[in-house]
Amino acid sequence: MTAPDVKFYQVGSRAVGNRLLPLDQRSEQADPQRHNALTSGHRACQGCGEALAARYVLDTAYTEAKGRLVSVNATGCLEVFSTPYPESSWQVPWLHSLFANAASVATGVAAALEARGDTGTRVLAQGGDGGTVDIGLACLSGMFERNDDVLYVCYDNEAYMNTGVQRSGATPPAARTATTEAVGVQPGNPFGTGKDLPRIAMAHEIPYVATATVADLRDLEAKVRTAMSLRGARYLHVLVPCPLGWGSAPSDTIALARLAQRSGLFPVYEARHGELGAVLPLRGRVPVEEYLRPQRRYAHLFRDGSHAATLEALQHLADRNIARYGLGAEETF
Amino acid sequence: MREQLEGSRAVAETVARCRPQVVPAYPITPQTHIVEAVGAMVKSEALENCRFVTVESEFAAMSAAIGASAMGARTYTATASQGLLYMAEALYNAAGLGLPIVMTVANRAIGAPINIWNDQSDSMSQRDCGWIQLYAADNQAATDLHVLAFRLAEQLSVPAMVCMDGFVLTHAFEPIDLPEPEIVDRYLPTYRPRQVLDPDDPVTIGAMVGPEAFTEVRYLAHHQLQQADHWFTELADDWSLLTGRHLATVNPYRLDGARTAVVSLGSVGGTVAEAIDGLVEPVGALGLTLYRPFPAGAVRDALDGVEHVIVLERAFSPGAGGVVSADVRAALAGRPTRVSTVVAGLGGRSVTTASVQRMIGAATTGRLPALSFLDLRDDIVDRELAHRDAVHRSGPPAHNLLRHAASRPR
Repeated sequence: MTAPDVKFYQVGSRAVGNRLLPLDQRSEQADPQRHNALTSGHRACQGCGEALAARYVLDTAYTEAKGRLVSVNATGCLEVFSTPYPESSWQVPWLHSLFANAASVATGVAAALEARGDTGTRVLAQGGDGGTVDIGLACLSGMFERNDDVLYVCYDNEAYMNTGVQRSGATPPAARTATTEAVGVQPGNPFGTGKDLPRIAMAHEIPYVATATVADLRDLEAKVRTAMSLRGARYLHVLVPCPLGWGSAPSDTIALARLAQRSGLFPVYEARHGELGAVLPLRGRVPVEEYLRPQRRYAHLFRDGSHAATLEALQHLADRNIARYGLGAEETF
Repeated sequence: MREQLEGSRAVAETVARCRPQVVPAYPITPQTHIVEAVGAMVKSEALENCRFVTVESEFAAMSAAIGASAMGARTYTATASQGLLYMAEALYNAAGLGLPIVMTVANRAIGAPINIWNDQSDSMSQRDCGWIQLYAADNQAATDLHVLAFRLAEQLSVPAMVCMDGFVLTHAFEPIDLPEPEIVDRYLPTYRPRQVLDPDDPVTIGAMVGPEAFTEVRYLAHHQLQQADHWFTELADDWSLLTGRHLATVNPYRLDGARTAVVSLGSVGGTVAEAIDGLVEPVGALGLTLYRPFPAGAVRDALDGVEHVIVLERAFSPGAGGVVSADVRAALAGRPTRVSTVVAGLGGRSVTTASVQRMIGAATTGRLPALSFLDLRDDIVDRELAHRDAVHRSGPPAHNLLRHAASRPR
């Protein structure tokens, strides 16, 4: 890193308090000379978790690739807000083809590089949860099983936000979306549906699978760094709160991501070749209610006292994650 | 050197001599022999510096082709039928992005009912996707057209599909002159992309375009595609100088003084020529090699003086009629020429010389309607229509028609 030794004030938070660290241990984003692969001026909403995650992912990957990075993007918010013609926020070579095919397009890019013996240029594919877990799953699974040399990053905001907040296969139980309204006997998204893509990725036994959130950006950077140090198919699943779709305050994006992790609803871990590795233990575990209550997509659960069983079922999901991934079962709240 | 070769083998050998760098492949009958052979050449290193990627669907095949082409690689794949339809979204995308991918389409029917045999419903359904469409009349043409397709596509930065009739050409053994590797190298320069994903010069490819410029982007694609008409002839002349073999956008046959002419695409042209040879009436034929862009000028010139044009189509537009006929009518606008559509050879039904002669006979005696289906079995169609009138829950039509066809006429 070539950052000048600029003095920053110490903010005292565990998340960003790295300003006093040696240069080589600082966050990529602490470097005023960072590449800004997704540069300012784009049209993301205030408090957009996806834009924040993409900036961290891209800049870290860019540094790890020594500037030789090519990015492929699925259709979705990230694509739309970053490239309103004739402007573009992308400071790296960037290709958008279709909604469902980002993984396959990245396969083609990697194949072209391999055919000409270019091992220095790296390929990064990006998509939202719709483009990844639903419409793009076949292409993604193919890229995984062939072990193509691609890092695929899913920015998961748990619904189709770009089209107006419709349910996806990553929408959690009880969440209200435009297609799972908070009406009827079981308001919101039904229990017993949806898919857990990091576990599906692990089942392919690819070299690296990791989850992360925008609450732990240093952890996200470290995972991108690890992923970039490996070859073959790698998958990173990042929880990115969406103020529009979740009905949350833009200023709560980081806090909500942290609560998702600390409640156990979003387990943060790494896996190599299908085997679970390091997990981020729950520090300051919270009941799921603390995570759910600030979000209007769950408001129906708190309107009267009739949804205690639903809250209990959601708490059960968190407890199951804590047991399954060993997130620190001994700690209680 | 002239060799006895299967059409698919000849195409695979020729494609390899064009030195593709990425070949994503997904199997579908009757195209499989082509990609199998290319894959074997990559594995044995007879084809060097090439990646053969076995993808999980045709949609992925075209998507990987898009990525590879945008990364600056000469890219090839092949498909047919359902596979072509499964890539439809990506076909439009490749054309919209202006990526010069070359693809063989081994023409095959589209289901339902599922049918693996030859007609041209597949490529005709993708008429408007913005690709150059070339149709091979025989395997020598299929072979030569692939080399020309790479040159044409890369010259214009427009993707090109070479359509060859499934089984009839892909599985037929014929004596073929494979272009020598040195000839191909001389004809086909190294691919120099107009746009490329380059870390040293980053560009955004595939940005969102609103109403302020979308029409212009689409118009430019149309303008670019139309150049292929002129460039095909130019590049075919170069090919002829190197090989002595002639390729043309349209191929007239006995049209001098013809009052009736049969227009067709693909291998059925051979049957038409044979049928005409046995006639005393002044009947000619016109085979189209270039279908998109439509060579309207050449078609109009070739059919000058013809009174009745029969467009023999291996596909049709249900609820309307002919597909190619509409283009032919538009090309002949302002002339009193009568244009009839005859739909023939669907799902592998043989188009025989005798049937074509009967069709021409009906035309020359004024009995050919504006739209007809060659050798349609009216008897079983009528039986099924009667069955439908009698029974509401009449059952699956394909099964019923098979049963009618197998039973003795009442």
